[in-house]
Amino acid sequence: MSYSGSERILLSSRREGEASRFHPAVMLLVPLAAILFQVYVPLFFQFLGYLEMPLLVVVYFALMRRSQIRGLLIGAVIGLAQDSLSKAPLGMFGIVKTLVGYFAASVGLRLDVDNGLLRLFLAYFFYVFHQFFYWVMARALLAQQVAFDWQRTLILGLLNAVVAVALFHFLDKMREAA
Amino acid sequence: MESFLNRYRNITVLLLVIFGQLVLLAWQVRNDQDVRMIRVWTVTAVTPVARVMEWMRGGSIGFLRDYVLLHDTHEANQRLQSEVDHLKLENNFLKNELNMAERAKALSVFQEHTPSKTVAANVIGSGAGTNSKVLFTDRGSTAGVQRGMAVVTPDGIVGTVIQSYPTASEILLITDPDFAAGVATQKTGARGTLKGQGTPLCKVDYIPFEEKINVGDWFYTSGDDRVFPRGFPVGVVKAVHPGQPFQEVLVEPSGMHRGLEDVLILLEGVHQTIPTEKVATQPIYIAPPPGSPDLAQVDPIPVGGTEADKLRAHYKAVGDAQNHKFGEGLPGSKPPDFNLVLKPGTPGPAATPPKPASQSPAAPKPTSTTAVAPASPAPGARSQAPAVQPAPAAAPEPISERPHNE
Repeated sequence: MSYSGSERILLSSRREGEASRFHPAVMLLVPLAAILFQVYVPLFFQFLGYLEMPLLVVVYFALMRRSQIRGLLIGAVIGLAQDSLSKAPLGMFGIVKTLVGYFAASVGLRLDVDNGLLRLFLAYFFYVFHQFFYWVMARALLAQQVAFDWQRTLILGLLNAVVAVALFHFLDKMREAA
Repeated sequence: MESFLNRYRNITVLLLVIFGQLVLLAWQVRNDQDVRMIRVWTVTAVTPVARVMEWMRGGSIGFLRDYVLLHDTHEANQRLQSEVDHLKLENNFLKNELNMAERAKALSVFQEHTPSKTVAANVIGSGAGTNSKVLFTDRGSTAGVQRGMAVVTPDGIVGTVIQSYPTASEILLITDPDFAAGVATQKTGARGTLKGQGTPLCKVDYIPFEEKINVGDWFYTSGDDRVFPRGFPVGVVKAVHPGQPFQEVLVEPSGMHRGLEDVLILLEGVHQTIPTEKVATQPIYIAPPPGSPDLAQVDPIPVGGTEADKLRAHYKAVGDAQNHKFGEGLPGSKPPDFNLVLKPGTPGPAATPPKPASQSPAAPKPTSTTAVAPASPAPGARSQAPAVQPAPAAAPEPISERPHNE
Protein backbone atom coordinates (compact mmCIF):
# COMPACT_ATOMS: atom_id res chain seq x y z
CA MET A 1 0.00 0.00 0.00
CA SER A 2 1.42 3.30 -1.00
CA TYR A 3 0.54 6.72 0.26
CA SER A 4 1.05 10.03 -1.39
CA GLY A 5 2.37 13.03 0.45
CA SER A 6 -1.02 14.70 0.46
CA GLU A 7 -2.63 11.67 2.14
CA ARG A 8 -0.24 11.77 5.10
CA ILE A 9 -0.92 15.38 5.75
CA LEU A 10 0.22 15.30 9.36
CA LEU A 11 3.27 13.16 8.80
CA SER A 12 6.29 15.40 8.28
CA SER A 13 8.52 12.70 6.81
CA ARG A 14 8.29 9.26 5.36
CA ARG A 15 10.24 7.90 8.27
CA GLU A 16 7.46 8.96 10.60
CA GLY A 17 5.06 6.88 8.60
CA GLU A 18 6.99 3.70 9.12
CA ALA A 19 5.44 0.99 11.24
CA SER A 20 6.90 0.47 14.69
CA ARG A 21 8.28 -2.92 15.52
CA PHE A 22 7.85 -4.71 18.81
CA HIS A 23 9.40 -7.82 20.24
CA PRO A 24 6.98 -10.77 20.06
CA ALA A 25 7.15 -11.08 23.84
CA VAL A 26 5.93 -7.50 24.11
CA MET A 27 3.11 -8.22 21.72
CA LEU A 28 2.11 -11.15 23.89
CA LEU A 29 2.73 -9.89 27.40
CA VAL A 30 1.38 -6.36 27.10
CA PRO A 31 -2.14 -7.45 26.04
CA LEU A 32 -2.02 -10.17 28.66
CA ALA A 33 -1.04 -7.63 31.29
CA ALA A 34 -3.85 -5.35 30.13
CA ILE A 35 -6.40 -8.14 30.47
CA LEU A 36 -5.00 -9.12 33.85
CA PHE A 37 -5.21 -5.51 34.93
CA GLN A 38 -8.84 -5.45 33.85
CA VAL A 39 -9.81 -8.55 35.79
CA TYR A 40 -7.46 -8.36 38.75
CA VAL A 41 -6.72 -4.81 39.81
CA PRO A 42 -10.35 -3.69 40.33
CA LEU A 43 -10.61 -6.33 43.01
CA PHE A 44 -8.46 -4.14 45.19
CA PHE A 45 -8.93 -0.70 43.61
CA GLN A 46 -12.48 -0.40 42.39
CA PHE A 47 -12.03 3.00 40.83
CA LEU A 48 -9.46 1.51 38.43
CA GLY A 49 -12.23 -0.62 36.97
CA TYR A 50 -13.18 2.36 34.85
CA LEU A 51 -9.95 2.06 32.94
CA GLU A 52 -10.40 0.13 29.70
CA MET A 53 -6.81 -1.07 29.49
CA PRO A 54 -7.37 -3.71 26.75
CA LEU A 55 -8.91 -1.01 24.57
CA LEU A 56 -5.97 1.32 25.13
CA VAL A 57 -3.54 -1.44 24.25
CA VAL A 58 -5.48 -2.24 21.06
CA VAL A 59 -5.47 1.42 20.10
CA TYR A 60 -1.76 1.73 20.76
CA PHE A 61 -0.68 -1.32 18.81
CA ALA A 62 -3.05 -0.53 15.97
CA LEU A 63 -1.78 3.02 15.77
CA MET A 64 1.86 2.07 15.94
CA ARG A 65 1.77 -0.97 13.71
CA ARG A 66 0.04 1.08 11.00
CA SER A 67 -1.46 -2.05 9.50
CA GLN A 68 -5.21 -2.35 9.35
CA ILE A 69 -5.19 -6.12 9.19
CA ARG A 70 -2.82 -6.41 12.13
CA GLY A 71 -4.80 -3.81 13.94
CA LEU A 72 -8.10 -5.60 13.50
CA LEU A 73 -6.55 -8.96 14.39
CA ILE A 74 -5.05 -7.54 17.56
CA GLY A 75 -8.43 -6.05 18.39
CA ALA A 76 -10.24 -9.31 17.65
CA VAL A 77 -7.90 -11.43 19.78
CA ILE A 78 -7.86 -9.09 22.72
CA GLY A 79 -11.60 -8.56 22.43
CA LEU A 80 -12.31 -12.27 22.40
CA ALA A 81 -10.00 -12.81 25.35
CA GLN A 82 -11.87 -10.09 27.20
CA ASP A 83 -15.13 -11.74 26.24
CA SER A 84 -13.86 -15.03 27.57
CA LEU A 85 -13.35 -13.49 30.98
CA SER A 86 -16.69 -11.69 31.03
CA LYS A 87 -20.23 -12.91 31.25
CA ALA A 88 -21.09 -11.55 27.79
CA PRO A 89 -21.28 -13.90 24.82
CA LEU A 90 -18.09 -14.30 22.88
CA GLY A 91 -17.83 -11.71 20.15
CA MET A 92 -19.22 -8.61 21.80
CA PHE A 93 -15.92 -7.08 22.76
CA GLY A 94 -14.32 -8.94 19.87
CA ILE A 95 -16.36 -7.16 17.23
CA VAL A 96 -16.05 -3.76 18.85
CA LYS A 97 -12.31 -4.00 19.35
CA THR A 98 -11.89 -5.38 15.84
CA LEU A 99 -13.47 -2.22 14.51
CA VAL A 100 -11.41 -0.07 16.88
CA GLY A 101 -8.22 -1.79 15.76
CA TYR A 102 -9.08 -1.34 12.14
CA PHE A 103 -9.95 2.31 12.43
CA ALA A 104 -7.02 3.07 14.70
CA ALA A 105 -4.65 1.51 12.22
CA SER A 106 -6.30 3.49 9.47
CA VAL A 107 -5.72 6.69 11.43
CA GLY A 108 -2.16 5.69 12.20
CA LEU A 109 -1.48 5.43 8.49
CA ARG A 110 -2.32 9.06 8.00
CA LEU A 111 -1.49 10.93 11.20
CA ASP A 112 1.60 11.46 13.29
CA VAL A 113 0.63 9.22 16.16
CA ASP A 114 3.71 10.14 18.20
CA ASN A 115 2.07 13.44 18.97
CA GLY A 116 0.86 13.46 22.56
CA LEU A 117 -2.11 15.69 21.97
CA LEU A 118 -3.24 13.58 19.06
CA ARG A 119 -2.88 10.47 21.19
CA LEU A 120 -5.03 12.09 23.85
CA PHE A 121 -7.72 12.92 21.33
CA LEU A 122 -7.60 9.51 19.63
CA ALA A 123 -7.77 7.64 22.89
CA TYR A 124 -10.70 9.76 23.93
CA PHE A 125 -12.47 9.26 20.63
CA PHE A 126 -11.92 5.51 20.46
CA TYR A 127 -13.06 5.06 24.07
CA VAL A 128 -16.34 6.82 23.33
CA PHE A 129 -16.68 4.92 20.06
CA HIS A 130 -15.97 1.63 21.85
CA GLN A 131 -18.55 2.27 24.55
CA PHE A 132 -21.17 3.53 22.17
CA PHE A 133 -20.75 0.69 19.68
CA TYR A 134 -20.85 -1.87 22.45
CA TRP A 135 -24.09 -0.32 23.67
CA VAL A 136 -25.49 -0.47 20.14
CA MET A 137 -24.55 -4.12 19.80
CA ALA A 138 -25.93 -4.95 23.20
CA ARG A 139 -29.26 -3.44 22.23
CA ALA A 140 -29.27 -4.79 18.68
CA LEU A 141 -27.83 -8.26 19.08
CA LEU A 142 -28.54 -9.13 22.69
CA ALA A 143 -31.74 -7.09 23.04
CA GLN A 144 -30.50 -5.56 26.27
CA GLN A 145 -32.60 -2.52 27.11
CA VAL A 146 -29.89 -0.43 28.69
CA ALA A 147 -29.54 3.33 28.51
CA PHE A 148 -26.42 4.99 27.31
CA ASP A 149 -24.97 7.40 29.84
CA TRP A 150 -23.34 10.03 27.68
CA GLN A 151 -22.13 12.19 30.52
CA ARG A 152 -20.45 9.34 32.31
CA THR A 153 -18.96 8.03 29.11
CA LEU A 154 -17.48 11.39 28.18
CA ILE A 155 -15.93 11.88 31.60
CA LEU A 156 -14.52 8.38 31.73
CA GLY A 157 -13.27 8.88 28.18
CA LEU A 158 -11.25 11.82 29.39
CA LEU A 159 -9.86 9.76 32.26
CA ASN A 160 -8.90 6.94 29.93
CA ALA A 161 -7.35 9.38 27.45
CA VAL A 162 -5.11 10.84 30.12
CA VAL A 163 -4.01 7.40 31.21
CA ALA A 164 -3.54 6.43 27.57
CA VAL A 165 -1.04 9.21 26.98
CA ALA A 166 1.10 7.97 29.88
CA LEU A 167 0.64 4.34 28.87
CA PHE A 168 1.58 5.03 25.25
CA HIS A 169 4.64 6.87 26.42
CA PHE A 170 5.64 3.86 28.50
CA LEU A 171 4.97 1.44 25.65
CA ASP A 172 7.04 3.60 23.32
CA LYS A 173 10.07 2.50 25.33
CA MET A 174 9.44 -1.06 24.19
CA ARG A 175 9.61 -0.25 20.53
CA GLU A 176 12.48 -1.83 18.72
CA ALA A 177 14.81 0.47 16.83
CA ALA A 178 14.23 0.47 13.07
CA MET B 1 -10.85 -10.55 -9.29
CA GLU B 2 -7.42 -10.88 -7.79
CA SER B 3 -6.79 -7.19 -8.18
CA PHE B 4 -10.16 -6.48 -6.61
CA LEU B 5 -9.35 -8.60 -3.55
CA ASN B 6 -5.92 -7.13 -3.39
CA ARG B 7 -7.33 -3.63 -3.47
CA TYR B 8 -10.00 -4.32 -0.83
CA ARG B 9 -7.98 -6.79 1.16
CA ASN B 10 -8.12 -4.89 4.42
CA ILE B 11 -11.81 -4.27 4.35
CA THR B 12 -12.38 -7.84 3.27
CA VAL B 13 -10.44 -9.21 6.20
CA LEU B 14 -12.30 -6.86 8.48
CA LEU B 15 -15.63 -8.02 7.17
CA LEU B 16 -14.63 -11.66 7.44
CA VAL B 17 -13.45 -11.29 11.00
CA ILE B 18 -16.53 -9.40 12.01
CA PHE B 19 -18.76 -11.83 10.16
CA GLY B 20 -17.10 -14.72 11.88
CA GLN B 21 -17.61 -13.16 15.26
CA LEU B 22 -21.18 -12.28 14.40
CA VAL B 23 -21.85 -15.88 13.46
CA LEU B 24 -20.24 -16.98 16.71
CA LEU B 25 -22.32 -14.51 18.62
CA ALA B 26 -25.50 -15.45 16.82
CA TRP B 27 -24.89 -19.12 17.41
CA GLN B 28 -24.41 -18.52 21.13
CA VAL B 29 -27.51 -16.37 21.38
CA ARG B 30 -29.66 -18.66 19.30
CA ASN B 31 -28.64 -21.91 20.99
CA ASP B 32 -28.13 -20.30 24.37
CA GLN B 33 -24.82 -22.12 24.56
CA ASP B 34 -21.33 -21.02 25.23
CA VAL B 35 -18.13 -21.62 23.34
CA ARG B 36 -16.46 -23.21 26.26
CA MET B 37 -13.24 -24.00 24.52
CA ILE B 38 -12.25 -20.37 23.93
CA ARG B 39 -13.06 -19.44 27.48
CA VAL B 40 -11.05 -22.37 28.82
CA TRP B 41 -8.07 -21.28 26.75
CA THR B 42 -8.25 -17.76 28.01
CA VAL B 43 -8.81 -18.68 31.63
CA THR B 44 -6.02 -21.22 31.49
CA ALA B 45 -3.71 -18.62 30.07
CA VAL B 46 -4.67 -15.90 32.50
CA THR B 47 -5.18 -17.59 35.86
CA PRO B 48 -1.61 -18.84 36.43
CA VAL B 49 -0.32 -15.36 35.87
CA ALA B 50 -3.03 -13.99 38.13
CA ARG B 51 -2.04 -16.51 40.78
CA VAL B 52 1.57 -15.44 40.55
CA MET B 53 0.54 -11.83 40.75
CA GLU B 54 -1.61 -12.53 43.77
CA TRP B 55 1.26 -14.37 45.43
CA MET B 56 3.60 -11.51 44.70
CA ARG B 57 1.05 -8.98 45.89
CA GLY B 58 0.39 -10.82 49.11
CA GLY B 59 4.09 -11.30 49.73
CA SER B 60 4.90 -7.71 48.91
CA ILE B 61 2.13 -6.33 51.05
CA GLY B 62 3.06 -8.64 53.88
CA PHE B 63 6.70 -7.69 53.60
CA LEU B 64 5.87 -4.01 53.44
CA ARG B 65 3.46 -4.24 56.33
CA ASP B 66 5.70 -6.38 58.52
CA TYR B 67 9.10 -4.94 57.79
CA VAL B 68 8.91 -1.63 55.97
CA LEU B 69 5.68 0.19 56.69
CA LEU B 70 5.72 0.07 60.44
CA HIS B 71 4.00 3.39 60.80
CA ASP B 72 1.06 1.89 62.63
CA THR B 73 3.24 -0.22 64.86
CA HIS B 74 4.15 2.75 66.96
CA GLU B 75 0.51 3.71 67.36
CA ALA B 76 -0.45 0.15 68.15
CA ASN B 77 2.38 -0.04 70.63
CA GLN B 78 1.27 3.16 72.29
CA ARG B 79 -2.31 1.99 72.36
CA LEU B 80 -1.34 -1.33 73.89
CA GLN B 81 0.97 0.39 76.34
CA SER B 82 -1.86 2.66 77.34
CA GLU B 83 -4.10 -0.35 77.73
CA VAL B 84 -1.49 -2.11 79.87
CA ASP B 85 -1.13 1.00 82.04
CA HIS B 86 -4.88 1.16 82.43
CA LEU B 87 -5.05 -2.50 83.37
CA LYS B 88 -2.21 -2.05 85.84
CA LEU B 89 -4.08 0.78 87.49
CA GLU B 90 -7.22 -1.30 87.57
CA ASN B 91 -5.28 -4.23 88.97
CA ASN B 92 -3.78 -2.06 91.70
CA PHE B 93 -7.18 -0.68 92.51
CA LEU B 94 -8.67 -4.15 92.79
CA LYS B 95 -5.75 -5.34 94.90
CA ASN B 96 -6.26 -2.41 97.21
CA GLU B 97 -9.94 -3.19 97.40
CA LEU B 98 -9.13 -6.79 98.22
CA ASN B 99 -6.62 -5.77 100.87
CA MET B 100 -9.14 -3.40 102.33
CA ALA B 101 -11.75 -6.13 102.44
CA GLU B 102 -9.30 -8.49 104.12
CA ARG B 103 -8.30 -5.86 106.64
CA ALA B 104 -11.92 -5.06 107.34
CA LYS B 105 -12.69 -8.73 107.80
CA ALA B 106 -9.72 -9.22 110.10
CA LEU B 107 -10.69 -6.15 112.05
CA SER B 108 -14.26 -7.35 112.30
CA VAL B 109 -13.22 -10.79 113.52
CA PHE B 110 -10.87 -9.24 116.04
CA GLN B 111 -13.54 -6.83 117.16
CA GLU B 112 -16.02 -9.64 117.68
CA HIS B 113 -13.67 -11.69 119.78
CA THR B 114 -11.87 -9.14 121.86
CA PRO B 115 -13.39 -8.61 125.27
CA SER B 116 -12.80 -4.89 125.02
CA LYS B 117 -15.43 -2.61 123.59
CA THR B 118 -14.03 -1.08 120.46
CA VAL B 119 -14.99 1.12 117.59
CA ALA B 120 -13.43 0.76 114.16
CA ALA B 121 -12.00 3.85 112.53
CA ASN B 122 -10.41 4.68 109.21
CA VAL B 123 -7.21 6.65 109.09
CA ILE B 124 -7.99 9.74 107.08
CA GLY B 125 -4.82 11.74 107.40
CA SER B 126 -1.52 12.25 109.08
CA GLY B 127 0.01 15.12 110.95
CA ALA B 128 1.33 18.07 109.05
CA GLY B 129 4.87 18.01 110.46
CA THR B 130 7.67 16.24 108.66
CA ASN B 131 8.54 14.17 111.73
CA SER B 132 4.98 14.02 112.83
CA LYS B 133 3.89 10.73 114.31
CA VAL B 134 0.23 11.50 114.59
CA LEU B 135 -2.72 10.35 112.56
CA PHE B 136 -6.28 11.45 112.16
CA THR B 137 -9.16 9.00 112.14
CA ASP B 138 -12.72 9.46 111.08
CA ARG B 139 -14.18 8.68 114.49
CA GLY B 140 -14.58 11.39 117.05
CA SER B 141 -16.45 12.26 120.18
CA THR B 142 -19.81 11.59 118.54
CA ALA B 143 -18.72 7.97 118.22
CA GLY B 144 -17.65 7.86 121.84
CA VAL B 145 -13.98 8.47 121.29
CA GLN B 146 -12.31 10.38 124.09
CA ARG B 147 -8.86 11.66 124.78
CA GLY B 148 -6.57 9.01 126.28
CA MET B 149 -8.18 5.98 124.69
CA ALA B 150 -5.98 3.24 123.31
CA VAL B 151 -5.75 2.53 119.62
CA VAL B 152 -4.90 -0.97 118.43
CA THR B 153 -5.00 -3.23 115.43
CA PRO B 154 -5.28 -6.98 115.42
CA ASP B 155 -1.49 -7.05 115.22
CA GLY B 156 -0.78 -4.87 118.21
CA ILE B 157 -1.03 -1.48 119.78
CA VAL B 158 -0.82 1.59 117.60
CA GLY B 159 -1.07 4.64 119.82
CA THR B 160 -3.37 6.72 121.94
CA VAL B 161 -6.00 9.31 121.25
CA ILE B 162 -4.58 12.72 122.10
CA GLN B 163 -7.40 14.85 120.77
CA SER B 164 -11.01 14.08 120.13
CA TYR B 165 -13.10 16.19 117.83
CA PRO B 166 -16.75 15.65 116.96
CA THR B 167 -16.03 13.90 113.71
CA ALA B 168 -12.39 12.98 114.00
CA SER B 169 -9.73 12.15 116.50
CA GLU B 170 -5.98 12.61 116.60
CA ILE B 171 -3.83 9.59 117.34
CA LEU B 172 -0.34 9.75 118.79
CA LEU B 173 1.59 6.82 117.38
CA ILE B 174 3.78 4.69 119.57
CA THR B 175 6.80 5.73 117.56
CA ASP B 176 6.41 9.34 118.64
CA PRO B 177 8.99 10.47 121.23
CA ASP B 178 6.19 11.67 123.48
CA PHE B 179 4.55 8.26 123.64
CA ALA B 180 4.91 5.93 126.60
CA ALA B 181 3.16 2.76 127.65
CA GLY B 182 3.68 0.06 130.20
CA VAL B 183 4.86 -3.21 128.75
CA ALA B 184 5.94 -6.60 129.95
CA THR B 185 7.93 -9.39 128.39
CA GLN B 186 6.15 -12.50 127.41
CA LYS B 187 8.75 -14.83 128.84
CA THR B 188 9.62 -13.43 132.21
CA GLY B 189 6.99 -10.79 132.70
CA ALA B 190 9.66 -8.19 133.31
CA ARG B 191 8.05 -4.80 133.17
CA GLY B 192 9.26 -1.68 131.49
CA THR B 193 8.13 1.45 129.78
CA LEU B 194 7.84 1.60 126.04
CA LYS B 195 8.89 4.92 124.57
CA GLY B 196 8.83 6.16 121.03
CA GLN B 197 12.01 7.52 119.49
CA GLY B 198 10.78 9.04 116.30
CA THR B 199 12.22 6.05 114.45
CA PRO B 200 10.61 2.80 113.43
CA LEU B 201 11.98 1.14 116.55
CA CYS B 202 10.78 1.92 120.04
CA LYS B 203 12.79 1.75 123.21
CA VAL B 204 11.82 -0.11 126.38
CA ASP B 205 13.19 1.60 129.46
CA TYR B 206 13.52 0.53 133.04
CA ILE B 207 14.24 -3.13 132.39
CA PRO B 208 16.66 -4.15 135.13
CA PHE B 209 19.97 -5.45 133.88
CA GLU B 210 19.48 -8.80 135.58
CA GLU B 211 16.40 -9.57 133.53
CA LYS B 212 17.27 -11.78 130.62
CA ILE B 213 15.88 -10.35 127.43
CA ASN B 214 16.68 -11.93 124.08
CA VAL B 215 16.25 -10.77 120.56
CA GLY B 216 12.99 -12.14 119.28
CA ASP B 217 11.17 -11.94 122.60
CA TRP B 218 7.73 -10.44 122.55
CA PHE B 219 6.50 -7.55 124.61
CA TYR B 220 2.89 -7.18 125.59
CA THR B 221 1.06 -4.38 127.28
CA SER B 222 1.21 -4.73 131.03
CA GLY B 223 -1.85 -2.65 131.82
CA ASP B 224 0.15 -0.52 134.23
CA ASP B 225 -0.37 2.69 132.33
CA ARG B 226 -4.14 2.51 132.67
CA VAL B 227 -4.46 3.29 129.01
CA PHE B 228 -3.75 -0.02 127.33
CA PRO B 229 -5.38 -3.13 128.76
CA ARG B 230 -3.03 -5.94 129.61
CA GLY B 231 -2.28 -8.56 127.02
CA PHE B 232 -2.13 -6.64 123.77
CA PRO B 233 0.91 -7.37 121.59
CA VAL B 234 3.40 -4.54 121.45
CA GLY B 235 6.30 -5.77 119.40
CA VAL B 236 9.30 -7.99 119.10
CA VAL B 237 12.73 -7.31 120.50
CA LYS B 238 15.23 -6.38 117.83
CA ALA B 239 18.22 -5.42 119.90
CA VAL B 240 19.32 -5.58 123.52
CA HIS B 241 22.14 -3.43 124.87
CA PRO B 242 23.29 -4.20 128.40
CA GLY B 243 23.51 -1.26 130.75
CA GLN B 244 23.51 -0.19 134.39
CA PRO B 245 21.11 -0.13 136.04
CA PHE B 246 18.75 -0.70 133.11
CA GLN B 247 19.13 -2.45 129.81
CA GLU B 248 18.41 -0.71 126.56
CA VAL B 249 15.92 -2.75 124.62
CA LEU B 250 14.77 -1.85 121.13
CA VAL B 251 11.42 -3.16 119.99
CA GLU B 252 9.87 -3.24 116.58
CA PRO B 253 6.17 -2.41 116.94
CA SER B 254 3.95 -5.12 115.55
CA GLY B 255 0.79 -3.09 115.20
CA MET B 256 1.90 -0.97 112.31
CA HIS B 257 4.00 -3.12 110.07
CA ARG B 258 1.08 -3.98 107.83
CA GLY B 259 0.26 -0.36 107.31
CA LEU B 260 -2.30 1.75 109.05
CA GLU B 261 -5.56 2.25 107.28
CA ASP B 262 -8.05 0.84 109.73
CA VAL B 263 -7.66 0.83 113.49
CA LEU B 264 -9.72 0.00 116.53
CA ILE B 265 -10.21 2.50 119.31
CA LEU B 266 -10.80 0.87 122.66
CA LEU B 267 -13.81 2.52 124.21
CA GLU B 268 -13.73 0.16 127.19
CA GLY B 269 -10.60 -1.89 127.60
CA VAL B 270 -10.57 -5.26 129.28
CA HIS B 271 -7.42 -6.89 130.57
CA GLN B 272 -6.35 -10.11 128.94
CA THR B 273 -3.72 -12.65 129.73
CA ILE B 274 -0.32 -12.47 128.26
CA PRO B 275 0.25 -15.68 126.35
CA THR B 276 2.98 -17.73 127.90
CA GLU B 277 3.97 -19.81 124.97
CA LYS B 278 6.50 -18.84 122.45
CA VAL B 279 4.99 -16.90 119.64
CA ALA B 280 5.71 -18.30 116.25
CA THR B 281 5.45 -16.44 113.06
CA GLN B 282 2.38 -17.74 111.34
CA PRO B 283 0.86 -17.05 108.00
CA ILE B 284 -2.11 -14.78 107.89
CA TYR B 285 -5.32 -16.71 108.00
CA ILE B 286 -8.71 -15.24 108.47
CA ALA B 287 -10.82 -17.85 110.14
CA PRO B 288 -14.37 -18.06 108.90
CA PRO B 289 -16.88 -16.64 111.34
CA PRO B 290 -18.38 -19.02 113.88
CA GLY B 291 -21.33 -20.94 112.61
CA SER B 292 -20.35 -20.65 109.01
CA PRO B 293 -21.07 -23.70 106.89
CA ASP B 294 -17.36 -24.16 106.28
CA LEU B 295 -16.81 -25.03 109.88
CA ALA B 296 -19.53 -27.62 109.92
CA GLN B 297 -17.21 -29.86 107.97
CA VAL B 298 -14.25 -29.29 110.25
CA ASP B 299 -13.43 -32.24 112.45
CA PRO B 300 -14.02 -31.42 116.07
CA ILE B 301 -10.80 -30.85 117.88
CA PRO B 302 -10.77 -30.97 121.67
CA VAL B 303 -10.83 -27.56 123.12
CA GLY B 304 -9.70 -26.43 126.46
CA GLY B 305 -6.39 -25.10 125.53
CA THR B 306 -4.30 -26.91 128.13
CA GLU B 307 -4.04 -30.44 129.45
CA ALA B 308 -5.26 -29.22 132.80
CA ASP B 309 -8.44 -27.92 131.25
CA LYS B 310 -9.01 -31.24 129.51
CA LEU B 311 -8.42 -33.11 132.74
CA ARG B 312 -10.78 -30.82 134.57
CA ALA B 313 -13.45 -31.37 131.95
CA HIS B 314 -12.92 -35.13 132.18
CA TYR B 315 -13.30 -35.11 135.96
CA LYS B 316 -16.40 -33.00 135.66
CA ALA B 317 -17.89 -35.49 133.22
CA VAL B 318 -16.98 -38.37 135.52
CA GLY B 319 -18.63 -36.53 138.41
CA ASP B 320 -21.75 -35.83 136.39
CA ALA B 321 -21.98 -39.49 135.40
CA GLN B 322 -22.02 -40.47 139.10
CA ASN B 323 -24.23 -37.57 140.20
CA HIS B 324 -21.37 -36.17 142.17
CA LYS B 325 -20.96 -32.46 142.70
CA PHE B 326 -17.45 -31.40 143.37
CA GLY B 327 -17.00 -29.20 146.44
CA GLU B 328 -20.13 -30.38 148.21
CA GLY B 329 -18.96 -33.58 149.80
CA LEU B 330 -17.87 -33.53 153.38
CA PRO B 331 -14.37 -34.61 154.33
CA GLY B 332 -14.27 -38.39 154.55
CA SER B 333 -17.16 -38.90 152.16
CA LYS B 334 -16.70 -41.30 149.25
CA PRO B 335 -15.05 -39.68 146.30
CA PRO B 336 -16.26 -40.41 142.79
CA ASP B 337 -14.61 -43.19 140.81
CA PHE B 338 -12.16 -41.34 138.67
CA ASN B 339 -11.31 -44.52 136.75
CA LEU B 340 -14.84 -44.78 135.45
CA VAL B 341 -14.86 -45.31 131.72
CA LEU B 342 -17.29 -42.91 130.16
CA LYS B 343 -19.75 -44.22 127.62
CA PRO B 344 -19.55 -42.77 124.16
CA GLY B 345 -22.73 -40.77 124.66
CA THR B 346 -21.50 -39.12 127.78
CA PRO B 347 -20.40 -35.56 127.28
CA GLY B 348 -16.65 -35.51 127.35
CA PRO B 349 -14.09 -32.83 127.44
CA ALA B 350 -14.34 -32.31 123.69
CA ALA B 351 -18.00 -31.47 123.92
CA THR B 352 -17.99 -29.63 127.19
CA PRO B 353 -15.31 -27.06 127.20
CA PRO B 354 -14.50 -25.73 130.61
CA LYS B 355 -15.92 -22.44 131.53
CA PRO B 356 -13.25 -20.36 133.12
CA ALA B 357 -14.43 -19.12 136.40
CA SER B 358 -12.46 -15.99 136.07
CA GLN B 359 -13.66 -15.01 132.66
CA SER B 360 -15.22 -11.64 132.44
CA PRO B 361 -18.62 -11.14 130.84
CA ALA B 362 -17.00 -9.27 127.99
CA ALA B 363 -14.33 -11.87 127.42
CA PRO B 364 -14.56 -14.04 124.31
CA LYS B 365 -16.59 -17.16 124.82
CA PRO B 366 -14.71 -20.16 123.53
CA THR B 367 -16.82 -22.36 121.37
CA SER B 368 -16.19 -25.53 119.53
CA THR B 369 -15.81 -23.58 116.34
CA THR B 370 -12.81 -21.74 117.67
CA ALA B 371 -11.01 -25.01 118.07
CA VAL B 372 -9.37 -24.63 114.69
CA ALA B 373 -7.01 -22.13 116.15
CA PRO B 374 -3.71 -22.95 117.75
CA ALA B 375 -3.35 -22.99 121.46
CA SER B 376 -1.50 -19.76 121.62
CA PRO B 377 -2.34 -16.49 119.95
CA ALA B 378 0.12 -15.07 117.56
CA PRO B 379 0.52 -11.34 117.48
CA GLY B 380 1.54 -11.57 113.89
CA ALA B 381 -1.60 -13.43 112.99
CA ARG B 382 -4.03 -10.66 113.22
CA SER B 383 -7.16 -12.66 112.74
CA GLN B 384 -6.33 -15.83 114.49
CA ALA B 385 -5.10 -14.21 117.61
CA PRO B 386 -8.44 -12.81 118.67
CA ALA B 387 -10.33 -15.85 117.48
CA VAL B 388 -8.34 -18.23 119.60
CA GLN B 389 -7.64 -16.03 122.50
CA PRO B 390 -7.70 -18.23 125.59
CA ALA B 391 -9.68 -17.17 128.55
CA PRO B 392 -7.72 -15.11 131.00
CA ALA B 393 -6.37 -17.18 133.82
CA ALA B 394 -6.78 -14.40 136.27
CA ALA B 395 -9.87 -12.35 136.82
CA PRO B 396 -9.75 -9.53 134.29
CA GLU B 397 -10.22 -6.16 135.63
CA PRO B 398 -12.14 -3.95 133.27
CA ILE B 399 -10.10 -0.86 133.17
CA SER B 400 -13.14 1.04 132.08
CA GLU B 401 -14.13 0.96 135.70
CA ARG B 402 -11.05 2.85 136.49
CA PRO B 403 -10.44 6.41 135.46
CA HIS B 404 -8.06 6.21 132.56
CA ASN B 405 -8.24 9.74 131.40
CA GLU B 406 -5.41 11.86 132.43
